Amino acid sequence: MSSNNKIEYIAREELESLQFRRLKDTLERVYKSSPFYRKMFKENGLNPSKFKSLKDLSLIPFTTRQDLRDNFPYGLLSVPLEKVIRLHTSTGTTGKPKAVLFTQKDIDQASELIARSMRMTGAKRDDVFQNMMSYGLFTGGLIFHYGAEKLGLLVIPAGAGNTERQIQLMRDFKTTVIHITPSYALYLADVMEDMGLDPKHDLSLRIAYLGAEPYSEETRVKIQDIFGVDAYNSYGLSEMNGPGVAFECREKEGMHLWEDNFIMEIIDPSTGKVLEDGEEGELVLTSINREAMPILRYRTGDLTYIYPERCRCGRTHRRIARLKGRVDDMFIVRGVNVFPSEIERVLMSLPEVGRNYQIVLEREKNLDKLRVRVEVKGDLFNGSLEHLRKLEDRIRTRLRSELMLTPQVELVEAGSLPRTTGKAKRVIDKRKI
Amino acid sequence: MERVQQISVFAENKPGKIEKITAILTEERINIRAITIASGNRYGVIKLLVNEPMRAFEALKKKGLSVALNPVLAVEMEDSPGGLHKVACLIKEHKINVEDACGFVIESGKRAVLLMETKQIEKAEKALLSEGIRLLSEKDLYEL
Repeated sequence: MSSNNKIEYIAREELESLQFRRLKDTLERVYKSSPFYRKMFKENGLNPSKFKSLKDLSLIPFTTRQDLRDNFPYGLLSVPLEKVIRLHTSTGTTGKPKAVLFTQKDIDQASELIARSMRMTGAKRDDVFQNMMSYGLFTGGLIFHYGAEKLGLLVIPAGAGNTERQIQLMRDFKTTVIHITPSYALYLADVMEDMGLDPKHDLSLRIAYLGAEPYSEETRVKIQDIFGVDAYNSYGLSEMNGPGVAFECREKEGMHLWEDNFIMEIIDPSTGKVLEDGEEGELVLTSINREAMPILRYRTGDLTYIYPERCRCGRTHRRIARLKGRVDDMFIVRGVNVFPSEIERVLMSLPEVGRNYQIVLEREKNLDKLRVRVEVKGDLFNGSLEHLRKLEDRIRTRLRSELMLTPQVELVEAGSLPRTTGKAKRVIDKRKI
Repeated sequence: MERVQQISVFAENKPGKIEKITAILTEERINIRAITIASGNRYGVIKLLVNEPMRAFEALKKKGLSVALNPVLAVEMEDSPGGLHKVACLIKEHKINVEDACGFVIESGKRAVLLMETKQIEKAEKALLSEGIRLLSEKDLYEL
């Protein structure tokens, strides 16, 4: 290990005392300067000087997405506006966005975490990095960009979309590392195939960072296979700097959450009770190394668990599991909780199934129906109707045993489902409730 | 070995699906000898016998269709009462299971052909040839 990654292997005790020092400092700053937190502390009879250990964190009420919207745009700001240099907003919500503000130090720190994460997965100064995330208000584009520059890679700020140009850039500059959403990676592979190109041989890729939308292990395997890369999962959210809150190491088993910057808790989403490591629940994060807009006990809405054991790589920062989905991605059909990620896992494990699918929810005579539309992959179609019927049966049986619910399976022609270049919209809820 | 390549296309059961295929084949100036459609509920398989199977396969595939190329036997029969029966008896005797089949007349009152799909294609081929049945090649079929 080199001297610049010492923090990744810091002793737990030392890490926890660093966390406490940073938490204490954060509490004092928000109490003094953030109108929202000052009010919260006063209403709950809390005083930062009374906090004696990390355990006292549980005295603080949760901050929710609604709080961020209600206090839009400056209610959580903890520094004078003159120190703020950047605004980002969060994606994927309807109505009023959530504003996230950064000082120069916040940008530097966020970039540092990306640089740290990329280095951890083996990215080097002589790599060529093509960033296919959208630039602008979304943190995933710009923050990753800065992180890669900090590490010293050649950065191609391609942004999202314009697939043929992406392919041209990758070929001209022999791109070795990409940052991309998993659905766009699959789309890109389809387009290359149509152009008569083989992503494995006609490109020079070796690392892919997949992010910004939930996806299954099977999708990762598929992408690694198609492009001949190591694909790494990461986790981030604008409210907590953006990308690079947690990142997989080369073991690819859980994402190290950078605990020198965040305190993590897992709670039962219905009762708010804090759960033990290993138990699945909603991830709650406190930013302890942020100037402009620290957020305390933020309910992310993301479901995961903390690996109780130390990673084989030796890093001491604990790992979170691949997200099961967001609390609000889940849908309920006939009383059964269904996560789109479970359906995806089943579909991607079947070789005949193409890269695209769609989940349709309908209500007929007050009865919910779950319809899964699946594209049949061209090269695995063997020409017989019987084979298709068996495939349909196999998908239905596998989904039934996974979901405890019998879906209707509909095979459709390859390329007939809509494709997106950003976050894929897989679930269509036509139910009128 | 005389085998004929048959094209199968996966298609949803919706208007315009046959036209999509014929448009591509017309554009490529490929001639269709026979077409059958096996329909399931929401989708089916359209099967085609064409003069240039390989080129048709590539053209359809290039347009993004799910398409397969499978060998079938083109069994020559007499176009007279009992013509198909004779072949059917031989198939039964040799315990050959037929997956799918269709037939058409080549020369009215003289010759017809049975296109036969089976998983036991080699066995069927040997059996029919040993019984003196003629299997038509692609060349035979398109130079009629």
